[in-house]
Amino acid sequence: MASTAHTIVAPQPAMQESPQTHQEPLLEIEDLAIHFRSPRGVARVVDGTNLTIHRNEMVGVAGESGSGKTTLVEAILQIIRFPNRETRGHAWFTPNSGKRIDLMQATERQMRRLRLDEIAYVPQGSMNSLNPVARVADQVIDGMVDHGVSHREARNRIPGILERVGLDPKVARLYPHELSGGMKQRVIIAIAISMNPSLIIADEPTTALDVNVQRKILATLSQLRDELNVAILIVSHDLPVHAQLVDRIAVMYAGQIVEAGDIRSTVKTPLHPYAAGLMHAIPAIGKPRERLEGIKGSTPSPFDWPPGCRFHNRCPHVMDVCERVPPMLATMQAGERDTVSGRIDVVPGRRAACHLYPESTPEDARS
Amino acid sequence: MTDATTAGQAILSLNHATTIFGHGAQRTVANDSVSLAMSESPPRILSIVGESGSGKTTAARSLLGLQKPTSGQALWRGNDIYHLSRKEQFAFRREVQAVFQDPYGIYNPFYKINRVFDLTIRKFNLAAGRQERADLIEQALKVVNLRPPDVLGRYPHQLSGGERQRVMLARAWLMKPKLIVADEAISMLDVAVRAVIMNILLDFKEQAGMSTVFITHDLSAAHYLGGDIMVMRRGQVVEEGKVDDVLKNPTHAYTQLLLDSIPSPDPDQRWAADLSEITELEQAAGVAERDVVVTG
Repeated sequence: MASTAHTIVAPQPAMQESPQTHQEPLLEIEDLAIHFRSPRGVARVVDGTNLTIHRNEMVGVAGESGSGKTTLVEAILQIIRFPNRETRGHAWFTPNSGKRIDLMQATERQMRRLRLDEIAYVPQGSMNSLNPVARVADQVIDGMVDHGVSHREARNRIPGILERVGLDPKVARLYPHELSGGMKQRVIIAIAISMNPSLIIADEPTTALDVNVQRKILATLSQLRDELNVAILIVSHDLPVHAQLVDRIAVMYAGQIVEAGDIRSTVKTPLHPYAAGLMHAIPAIGKPRERLEGIKGSTPSPFDWPPGCRFHNRCPHVMDVCERVPPMLATMQAGERDTVSGRIDVVPGRRAACHLYPESTPEDARS
Repeated sequence: MTDATTAGQAILSLNHATTIFGHGAQRTVANDSVSLAMSESPPRILSIVGESGSGKTTAARSLLGLQKPTSGQALWRGNDIYHLSRKEQFAFRREVQAVFQDPYGIYNPFYKINRVFDLTIRKFNLAAGRQERADLIEQALKVVNLRPPDVLGRYPHQLSGGERQRVMLARAWLMKPKLIVADEAISMLDVAVRAVIMNILLDFKEQAGMSTVFITHDLSAAHYLGGDIMVMRRGQVVEEGKVDDVLKNPTHAYTQLLLDSIPSPDPDQRWAADLSEITELEQAAGVAERDVVVTG
């Protein structure tokens, strides 16, 4: 039972159209915490996060700004440079070749090898960070050469890589200023796939792109997942993007995951009041126009998370226990039951951290 | 509606405004004969939508008196915005308020939030005494659902993006403007906060009779606000009308493209994996070449 608390059980085959759901875990994040000490106190930016990504799976992390999404992925890649960092927990990664390694304990030498080779990163806004005075080809080659590919071999691979991400091989000769935003983002994705990684982490990959370009980039990511047998972790505040793309989603709030499950049931019948609030804040065309309430209040500060459930002071369903006892992210009992989305049939494997569900309340606090 | 004859009664209008940046090979027509008129009553919300580079921000800047059109006119109550007397200028600045995209860049980080209100109240002489001023600020914050202790006496960096944007709306409200020009006012905000900001604009319209020109790239936001819509592409208005009509029956291929590109929040309505559909739409809309290589 102890292990299930740390694992998102994969969705039922009937629920998901994912071509082949590989059950083999690729990345297992266990009770991960990233704190920063500062003169103002300790900022608990990521505070006890559990998430598992399986091979060839597309997983989304959603949440508002300040919820710790980006810090979480930076921790996976061990690229947090901020001083006075304190970490806790594990991020077990199983490379294609070789044995399971805890990224939180890995040496910088080991990490250098893993990055790009095994875990590729597409940082937020990175399309604007291409070197303005280097041709596209040279920027893609750079990483490959650094990872032991000969210059000649790297150059030979360029046309194939560019075509994979939907770019004309001729783009290799161009400079970044000659490219549109969508093309620049494709170049970044080309760099990410250049070493055939088993995990791509993309932070807000379509933010700031025009909607039609966004749609094409999302389609490309989806295609790459199928063709390259790669797992993709998408970080985005944009729920419709997740709805279009991922198999499973984890919703973060105040440094913790508050709900996780297959995308379909999580979006349609959220269990956590925060997730429900997010879903009900999206204006949808074609539906009757009704007033969206959004979520009252603002994101709390990582220096001073509210006690008990961190969402309690914004929650419409707040109870006494919420102010005192932090709820646990627990696997929800399946079957028909009352939720914030009404009486629904909860599919197996969904997780939530909310006292509305007895599973989340620690035993010693149950009345 | 956008006819030059009715523009005289409008608070704010563009009359065949054309704005050209650069010259020669660098020449960019940012606005190509754009006309619109916002009348005083009934209050309404006009959304201007389009992709980046479509000229929607240039139109907004022209309306605000920040970018003089190369030809055509930007009019405030029938007067050329760029030839107002000092007195008219003062009245214009009070009647037309702006909210911009970046709630971070708009504040001077060295001053507390109070200064935003104090300067406005002093400049426009809105309150006679300390108590009246405090009451007015409290009222303004209440309208945008902020508690005074949460923002007053604090510095901009201590506020979230949504709070900062709401302070801007509260500041605008102080002056009881006839019109607010909001340029991508929600695009940098979290989803949950976007609805809050849009609701404030809807309340301004319903309760205070204020109109809004809402610049956005987000068609679903335009849909939510209702009212009218103007679709721009490469400096030109390609379609306009009631939001409900335009989004239900778009007549221009570009509007159709924008509509079909909005990701549905319903996982059961996923896009087809192949790109031929979107590519065809792009070609029909005349924007395809922006994303393919121009080889030289």
